[in-house]
Amino acid sequence: MFSSSRFEHGHAAYNGYKLEEGKIHAEDPNEKFYDLSITKNVVQMLLALIILVSLMIGIANKYKKGQGVQTAPKGWQNAIEPVITFVRDEVAKPNLAGKYNKYLPYLLTVFFFILINNLFGLLPGSANVTGNIAFTIVLGVISFFVILFSTNKHFWGHIFWYPGVPVVVRLLIMLPVELLGVFTKPFALIVRLFANMVAGHIIILSFITLIFIFGSMNAVAGWGFSPMSVLFAVFIYLIEIMVAFIQAFIFTNLTAVFIGQAFEGGHHDEAHH
Amino acid sequence: MNILLDVSVSHLGGAIGAGLAAIGAGIGIGQIGKGAVDAIARQPEASNDIRANMILTAAFVEGVALFAVIAGLLAVLKA
Repeated sequence: MFSSSRFEHGHAAYNGYKLEEGKIHAEDPNEKFYDLSITKNVVQMLLALIILVSLMIGIANKYKKGQGVQTAPKGWQNAIEPVITFVRDEVAKPNLAGKYNKYLPYLLTVFFFILINNLFGLLPGSANVTGNIAFTIVLGVISFFVILFSTNKHFWGHIFWYPGVPVVVRLLIMLPVELLGVFTKPFALIVRLFANMVAGHIIILSFITLIFIFGSMNAVAGWGFSPMSVLFAVFIYLIEIMVAFIQAFIFTNLTAVFIGQAFEGGHHDEAHH
Repeated sequence: MNILLDVSVSHLGGAIGAGLAAIGAGIGIGQIGKGAVDAIARQPEASNDIRANMILTAAFVEGVALFAVIAGLLAVLKA
């Protein structure tokens, strides 16, 4: 394990490895190795992890000592407690009546991790972690498994034998639709988060690069256009901050809704209307 | 017929698709806003609940519109 600065931007070989065109090759062509270099995304995720864990554990220790329980909350407790209470009362309790304590750690983790990575991604020079399809796929797959492991037989009964429609419709239409629905719901979670973040970053980048496009045509046009461009970019930045919060909330809320749909059921004695 | 085989036509298709998706998103979210504002006008005490539902539904509609944006991006980037 060594720092990539040993490669000196591709001009030096180190320890039997050399850097060619952005990829690391071994000098011995028969040697196979896995390139586990840390990318910018990984660094940002690790930073978000360290900040999240240290913040939350620090706050939790304060609560254990009684600060914020018997006395008024102090410091970061003031900022984080309303958010946690919001997730518990608006997202977990309405959708997961009764079992919300089991799922609350996962929902809170997903919410804060997505939120912190969204906000970090807005800083210039940072990595767009949530705009990376691999990151959102992993989150979506984890949510998919959480939903899958909370299903009960009412859920599967509804999928394979949808009540309230003729048998023909039940087998020909509802069965494929419901089976696909099990997969399309996490898929929509994945693509929604990914597309929102990518679109926001592309818009901001477009406004900034418009300055350079105009500038290459005519230096005066470039300078003249830049105030407009910067103004629009700031406007989109403010919208993106709102979108960062909203997308974290939507991902968490929809995961809670789907988990709730997975283990509800048993209300067949009421008339469906 | 040969002109349809140019790569630039797929770029055109991607861009038109994304533009149409924007129209759809605009109409959809406009309807949501209209319904929400009407409901708040009828019952101002429920304005917090209505606002929460409006934002949730708008995120759904925007998600669908951004599916089309991703399809447009794929049409442009995957030649």
